[in-house]
Amino acid sequence: MSENLLEVTGLEKHFPITKGLLKRQVGAVRAVDGIDLQVRAGETLGLVGESGCGKSTAGRLFTRILEPTAGKILFAGQDISHKSVNQMRPLRRDVQMIFQDPYSSLNPRHTVGSIIAAPLQIQSIPTPQGTKKAVQELLELVGLNPEHYNRYPHEFSGGQRQRIGIARALALRPKMIVADEPVSALDVSIQAQVVNLLDDLQREFDLTYVFIAHDLSVVRHISDRVAVMYLGKVVEIADRDDLYKNPRHPYTVALMSAVPVPDPVRRDRAQRERVLLTGDVPSPINPPSGCRFRTRCWKAQDICATEEPPLVTRLDDPQSHQTACHFPIVDDEQVAGRRPASAPA
Amino acid sequence: MTTTPESVAGANPRPYLEVKDLNIRFETDDGIVQAVSGSSFSLEKGKTLGIVGESGSGKSVTSLGVLGLHRTRSNAKVTGEIWLDGEELVTSTDEKVRLLRGGKMAMIFQDPLSAMHPYFTVGSQIVEAYRVHHPRASKKEARERAIDMLARVGIPQPERRFSDYAHQFSGGMRQRAMIAMALINDPQLLIADEPTTALDVTVQAQILDLIRDLQEEFGSAVIMITHDLGVVAELADDVLVMYGGKIIEKGNAVDVFQNPQHPYTWGLLGSMPRLDRAVRDRLTPVKGTPPSLINLPDGCAFHPRCPFAGRNGTRSFTEVPLLRDAEVGNGHMVACHLPKEDRTKIFQQEVLPNL
Amino acid sequence: MLAYLIRRLLNAVVTLLVVTLVTFGVFFLVPKATGSDPALLYIGKQADPVAVEGIRTKLGLNDPIIVQYGKFVKGIVAGRDYANGPDVTHCSAPCLGYTFKTNQEVWPILIKALPVTISLAIGAAVLWVLMGILFGVISALRRGSVWDRGVMTVALAGVSLPIYFTGLLALTIFVYGLDWLPNPEYTPFVDNPAKWFSGLILPWVTLAFLFAATYARLTRANMLETLGEDYIRTARAKGLRESTVIGKHGLRSGLTPLVTVFGLDLGALLGGAILTEAVFNLRGLGYWALNGIRTNDLPTILGVTLFAAFFIVIMNLIVDLLYGVIDPRVRLG
Ligand SMILES: Nc1ncnc2c1ncn2[C@@H]1O[C@H](COP(=O)(O)OP(=O)(O)OP(=O)(O)O)[C@@H](O)[C@H]1O
Ligand SMILES: Nc1ncnc2c1ncn2[C@@H]1O[C@H](COP(=O)(O)OP(=O)(O)O)[C@@H](O)[C@H]1O
Ligand code: SF4
Ligand code: SF4
Ligand SMILES: [Mg+2]
Ligand SMILES: [Mg+2]
Repeated sequence: MSENLLEVTGLEKHFPITKGLLKRQVGAVRAVDGIDLQVRAGETLGLVGESGCGKSTAGRLFTRILEPTAGKILFAGQDISHKSVNQMRPLRRDVQMIFQDPYSSLNPRHTVGSIIAAPLQIQSIPTPQGTKKAVQELLELVGLNPEHYNRYPHEFSGGQRQRIGIARALALRPKMIVADEPVSALDVSIQAQVVNLLDDLQREFDLTYVFIAHDLSVVRHISDRVAVMYLGKVVEIADRDDLYKNPRHPYTVALMSAVPVPDPVRRDRAQRERVLLTGDVPSPINPPSGCRFRTRCWKAQDICATEEPPLVTRLDDPQSHQTACHFPIVDDEQVAGRRPASAPA
Repeated sequence: MTTTPESVAGANPRPYLEVKDLNIRFETDDGIVQAVSGSSFSLEKGKTLGIVGESGSGKSVTSLGVLGLHRTRSNAKVTGEIWLDGEELVTSTDEKVRLLRGGKMAMIFQDPLSAMHPYFTVGSQIVEAYRVHHPRASKKEARERAIDMLARVGIPQPERRFSDYAHQFSGGMRQRAMIAMALINDPQLLIADEPTTALDVTVQAQILDLIRDLQEEFGSAVIMITHDLGVVAELADDVLVMYGGKIIEKGNAVDVFQNPQHPYTWGLLGSMPRLDRAVRDRLTPVKGTPPSLINLPDGCAFHPRCPFAGRNGTRSFTEVPLLRDAEVGNGHMVACHLPKEDRTKIFQQEVLPNL
Repeated sequence: MLAYLIRRLLNAVVTLLVVTLVTFGVFFLVPKATGSDPALLYIGKQADPVAVEGIRTKLGLNDPIIVQYGKFVKGIVAGRDYANGPDVTHCSAPCLGYTFKTNQEVWPILIKALPVTISLAIGAAVLWVLMGILFGVISALRRGSVWDRGVMTVALAGVSLPIYFTGLLALTIFVYGLDWLPNPEYTPFVDNPAKWFSGLILPWVTLAFLFAATYARLTRANMLETLGEDYIRTARAKGLRESTVIGKHGLRSGLTPLVTVFGLDLGALLGGAILTEAVFNLRGLGYWALNGIRTNDLPTILGVTLFAAFFIVIMNLIVDLLYGVIDPRVRLG
């Protein structure tokens, strides 16, 4: 494979919780709590996990919209962990972000033309045939009518707005795009249009994607590699086919088996094979000791409460497949219908 | 199962729920919104009816219509017939329908946080639901009953959680509490409007499991509204597909998934990446966007997005296709001008290979 | 909870200190800047320089401003002595000083004025809250009807008509014209409740009209918003009577935002309803405030300001505490 475009080590982001007049810090939301991963040039890395597990925060760290509390972010070999806004400006050309909510992420008072042109102007990119032409080319590229240059966001549907967001991200011809739930707010039929568009653009411009989503089927469709997050940590990462075929982490298994299968004939089998987790994700303010999944894990043993499992290659997996679990699921293991007997305190 | 006219003639004259030619429209400043047109369907006790469609296709409006919740809206106009357990509801009095609401028929909503009152405890809201239909029950009885119900839907320490507020519950717990509130009076008809859309998959699986269990226990009829075909496939016996305020396909769940008849249903299935299939190189989306219900396209509302619109002369552009027998058996119905042979051929040759 | 209360009370004290400091600064520095001398105000322009200097020493006007302020605060807390050599006047706590013109102690004057203002404010408040909510709720329920449009038109008039206009109009019609009511005056409640009532009814109604208009509009807007909420739909889906849906679920959240507004309005009014008191010639705090301004009487102005600030701070505190009770999502601490 090609070289790493993005490389993060020990990445942490803690949001302080303050109290009272003097803003005394009484704790922290450990939104991202030590992740290591690499994104290779030209690939799509999928990032999945339940809500609140830190996906968006991770995405914002990768694009340096947020500054990490600890850890290192290398982009194209440069350490950007603590670069100031000014120092980041030239790099903004290379890293862009697309957001989930196609309604709130576009300024309702600006025309589509000026929204898409803004990054060009901020970066003072020369546009040989004029800004308008450049913007219209972008609109066409994302499948919008270039005549709609002067319209306002509210005149577009959700899917079209998401295309506007994509056009804005593409304006600077970035190397990498972090897409945070770009299709979650869209209807299925529109969702497929946007997924295909992202696919086409990647091919055409040789883009690298970090694709954040909670929908495992969409992530599987679009990603080359997939990282599964739980409570601020990556618990498993592997090549797409490998991960979906041989999930090792109990959480990954539970997550996959929870996805409803659109096939009524297989309904009974799906139900029999389903791993039903009990309880909710614990609070990221006070995560469980040792393995964070242990409060909901049916395989948990004493060691899980005391020792945090490192993210390493387990069993006879390929080098690219890493799992953070003391007792990874072995091939052909019976997991169906298992529920944790009683969650250890 | 959808009762065909033949079987109705038997001993039981009507299915438990029967909706006939339901029309619901709203007068707004922008014009008339024809949210539901000519819907007919029926449902027996113990069965689950799935309603799928994109946002704005009229799913929620249909279900609120069954519950008679448009009566409090001055700008809504409801016509047609809704028969619940032999009683017609559209022409019934407000008071009669009110007494059925929360009693014989109950509803679960999409966003449990906004659907619960922020200033009353979860317990008191459940108690209130019980006492309005059991006026003679004492506060203590109602409280015990509510705690039982909270325990039944899987809320740990129900006595303690009884006096918590909705915001103190997690999303999954809130939806469980909402279900407890809906089920407190043993309703015979339960309508769940996107009950898991706001939840994570693992929690969704828990909630769907719970609904299934409870249905088995109480033998009630369930209407499951969702935009997720996976959820429908998990639960539904029969499926309605809605587009632009109309039912465009109706049938047994297995038939609708294995032998879908409407081009829009094909589009939905083609748009969806699936974990139970090999990865496809490309998805096959439906082009364009859903129509506005203020001015639907002429003829078939789906024609601007339908790849087969021109295959059958100009009828698709001028004539509204009626929901009729799809001629594939089992009471499967479709609203499309394509003749049966064409539908079968297109599905087998052009659509199925891409799914 | 206790810690929160103590913190809030300390906060309130600090706020009051800041308010007095600012008022003190403004009222004692501005005359200096414009060249008018407080000492002259006490004994008149033509006084001989020795007497003026004596007064100045006695009032401590030669001290640095911060020392003067310190003495002022001490006066409130512990009382103070005004001394010019052997000439000592004791002013016992709480001491707000002496009026310039009449040389009376400010504190007793204001204390005497207080029941007038309180009677006026509370009576009017009861009226406007009842009327405002009633009309607001009915308007919200009959949105777009003739009734709704009528109420909102009257409400708009109520908001835009100044009190000296409505007040004088009411006086002309009901007192001088129809002779239905006695000329407004204050009789203490304990002396004669009936006279207390009849003497205040006109000011109440006039003042309440102004506020009821605002409250009706607010209530209508809040109720409309609340009635569109999902939990109202849930309440209906449970089969609750429409009266319960509106009266319990709707009002509970529709009226909550009014608590803040009401607390602040009442707090502000308790500091003196200047225009109303002037129009109806009631000798409350507002009357003395106006009097103080007209006669350049700095101690009175300072005293009324302090009272007003006190009420606003206290009402604020009460509102915040109440909110914690009303809205379980607001956690104190
Ligand atoms: N009270 C109302 N007044 C006017 N129009 C309404 C009203 N309620 C719903 N509509 C319109 O009716 C149509 C159908 O709405 P409905 O809520 O049933 O859609 P849905 O299929 O449930 O969508 P979603 O998945 O977004 O919930 C929409 O166009 C909506 O704007
Ligand atoms: N600005 C912030 N201040 C405090 N907590 C935050 C902030 N942003 C995110 N969080 C918290 O961090 C955690 C992870 O958030 P996020 O990355 O947005 O989750 P996801 O995208 O997976 O839904 C959550 O518990 C969230 O509440
Ligand atoms: S480390 Fe232990 S608790 Fe954690 S996932 Fe593995 S088995 Fe479960
Ligand atoms: S009627 Fe015509 S346009 Fe409508 S779905 Fe059938 S083929 Fe397509
Ligand atoms: Mg997110
Ligand atoms: Mg809906």
